[in-house]
Amino acid sequence: MSAPVLEVEGLVTFYGRAQILFDLALEVGEGEVVVLMGRNGAGKSTTLKSIMGLVRPTAGGIRFRGRDIGGLPPFRIARQGLGYVPEERRVFAELTVEENLEVGRREPPAGRDAWTPQRLFALFPNLAELRRRRADRISGGEQQMLAIARTLMGNPELLLLDEPSEGLAPVIVDQMATALADLRRHGVSILLSEQNLHFAGRIAERACIIEKGQIRWRGAMSDLLADEEVRRAYLSV
Amino acid sequence: MDPGFLFVQFLNGLATASFLFMASAGLTIVFGVTRIVNFAHGSFYMLGAYIAYTLAGVFMEVAYGAVSFWGAIFLAAAIVGLLGVLLELVVLRRIYDAPELFQLLATFAVVLIVQDLVRMTWGGEDLLGPRAPGLKSFVVVLDRRFPEYELAMIFAGPLVLGALWLLFHRTRFGVLVRAATLDREMVGALGVNQALLFTGVLFLGAFLAGLAGALQLPREPANPYMDVNIIVEAFVVTVIGGMGSVTGAFLAALLIGELQAFGILIFPKITLVLAFLVMAAVLIVRPYGLLGRPQAESHAAARAGAGLAAGTPLQRSLWMGLLAFLLLLPLFADEYSLKLAIELLIFGLFAFSLNFIMGWGGIVSFGHAAYFGLGAYGAALLVHHLAWPMEAAILSAPLVAGVAALVFGALCVRLSGVYLAMLTLAFAQIVYAIAFQWVELTGGDNGLIGIWPSSWASSRTVYYYLTLAVTLAGIGLLWRFLYAPFGYSSRAVRDSAIRADAIGIDPRYQRWLAFTVSGIAAGLGGGLYVFSKGNIDPEVLAIPTSVDALTMVLLGGVETVTGPLAGAALLTLLKDFVMPLTLYWKMVMGGLILAMVLAFPKGLVGILGDRLPGLQAAPTGRERPA
Repeated sequence: MSAPVLEVEGLVTFYGRAQILFDLALEVGEGEVVVLMGRNGAGKSTTLKSIMGLVRPTAGGIRFRGRDIGGLPPFRIARQGLGYVPEERRVFAELTVEENLEVGRREPPAGRDAWTPQRLFALFPNLAELRRRRADRISGGEQQMLAIARTLMGNPELLLLDEPSEGLAPVIVDQMATALADLRRHGVSILLSEQNLHFAGRIAERACIIEKGQIRWRGAMSDLLADEEVRRAYLSV
Repeated sequence: MDPGFLFVQFLNGLATASFLFMASAGLTIVFGVTRIVNFAHGSFYMLGAYIAYTLAGVFMEVAYGAVSFWGAIFLAAAIVGLLGVLLELVVLRRIYDAPELFQLLATFAVVLIVQDLVRMTWGGEDLLGPRAPGLKSFVVVLDRRFPEYELAMIFAGPLVLGALWLLFHRTRFGVLVRAATLDREMVGALGVNQALLFTGVLFLGAFLAGLAGALQLPREPANPYMDVNIIVEAFVVTVIGGMGSVTGAFLAALLIGELQAFGILIFPKITLVLAFLVMAAVLIVRPYGLLGRPQAESHAAARAGAGLAAGTPLQRSLWMGLLAFLLLLPLFADEYSLKLAIELLIFGLFAFSLNFIMGWGGIVSFGHAAYFGLGAYGAALLVHHLAWPMEAAILSAPLVAGVAALVFGALCVRLSGVYLAMLTLAFAQIVYAIAFQWVELTGGDNGLIGIWPSSWASSRTVYYYLTLAVTLAGIGLLWRFLYAPFGYSSRAVRDSAIRADAIGIDPRYQRWLAFTVSGIAAGLGGGLYVFSKGNIDPEVLAIPTSVDALTMVLLGGVETVTGPLAGAALLTLLKDFVMPLTLYWKMVMGGLILAMVLAFPKGLVGILGDRLPGLQAAPTGRERPA
């Protein structure tokens, strides 16, 4: 594996008095797609939010390209090159598709091509004809694509995706998988949380399984797909 | 009425609307992004007028002409914009995550401080500014004369609206502001520095307020009351339009402007009331205003508040000691101290009644003066017009206030958070306006005099014991309510209305009952108050009375049972000792509130409780064993 883009170790996060994450550790390599799998309430979203600084971990180290980003406010973390797409999408309802993209826009690091609305419309063709439409007047799948496109406008080197396939129609899930596979070819590293094994299998090369706030299993995606024992233990409901 | 007159009246309405819009636009923009209802917006407006007065004086002395005049107006607005930046950096930045009450009080503290600063700098006189060169004359429409300046102002409002639309839709700053209005956390996660954005928004908001104030200068003199007057009107406009919506504010300003222009022809007396009635009507039909959207539940609201702790032995002995002290007080206190003690007891009840709904019910009332004042006026009117005896009048005071709380409360509890606070303020202002304008009934500005106790209670000592008995009974009853299932239900609704609803508590009904009980108690305090003073005037219903009560609660600590009493004592004594020593009491008071909000948000009893665990058990959420 190449040098890690993201290293997380000893992560501990509380909501009020309830501890959600217990000494969690994971890493994402350069250009790698890692999926975080686990049942509802296992701590997948909390892991991503803790990395992004949206909830403040009580302990643990978070390093991005070797720099410590733990404790920084979310906007500083984003400016380091992390992009976050929330589970609930959180598109700006009263803004048009184009305006949503504008909010996410940031200059890329020197020497890298910037994402433009044109390039993103090529990645997500559905959005192209909706550019003047308000974000609350497009379908859930289109909103999910917009949320990803909006984050890409900030030219992140690592994308944190919280359950991108959740609640989407199978045909849209399919398009999403194609788009994410494309993204990977553009050199973006991705850490995503998922419950849809089939979807994860199409894009991820490594998987971590989280249960009760700890990583219980990690390995190649192909191993996970082959190992029914592990899947039954941690993923089936 | 001839058409010319009606048309000119229509134009007057448009000009008023333009001004109202310009004065409100900044308030609604700032609220949209920061979620703070900025009372200091009124101060910015006033400062705009005063600074423009000074600048115009200098500039037009140097070179008389339109350039000097408009240069002074816009420079004044820009200076006020920078003061907005200062406010954001020094105060607002520290309270974005604080509960609404703290935000309201902190910005009101700034109002108080600025009032005294303005008085220090420009004196208390009205200052008449220069008229706009080139716009001093009249135009004739349908045989009627209409001032050119007013005509120009009719166009200024839409011009500002257009400029704001361009700013919000054609610039990156504007798009970010709109996005932050919808979901500021997400804007941050996308790499936008919110702090910078908020500072920019405060500049814009203050600039608009300053501009509106400066443009007002040729119409009416700069005066020290314009801040509170405009802020109340601007609140009404923003709330009707939907807080955060600029277009909504424009529509609301049109509605209010025209209603005032024609309402004054039909009901010359109720112009002040009219705007509030419209506001109440709109909120009943559309609880979030014409173009508003429901507020996202704030972090502060989602956090569970304090629980009630059982009395500790130390507490009980302290209470016994205090009671003994109060009972024996007349033996060694002079006339003046007794008068002060009476006031202290009454305000203790008043503050306790406010915290009854605020700390323990989650209802932030910014108009609690209404119920205190209605109790006072109710009793005074019965004595003055019907010659009722004191006993009957005092007993009627809580009834009058209770009926008002029942009616107003039914409407208020439909809302939550800032909207609720604004609606309670609106009702208080309606009552204030009626007391002020219905001269035949209330004596207007002069109020009513000669409201003395019955002969048996006319000695200060007897009235002291009467006050002691009645206030202790009132406080004791409220206290009992808190520890009864009623109080548990109130707290359940405060912490999570949805969950309370799901276990069979009707949140609206529960809040309505609590509101009414609180109003009754406040009214009782008002009834006692009027007989202790012997007279009453509309000041008792004004915003400062509500703010006093809020400050008492804050001083003592919101999440404590005894805090409001300690706070009432402290503020009453402080007023008594400090007020005669300084010309700038408001600044002292404002500084005190700011210090409390920024440094000691838990209040006096909260701090003591942290130091001395026996005095106030830590808020555990556990209940007193049955």
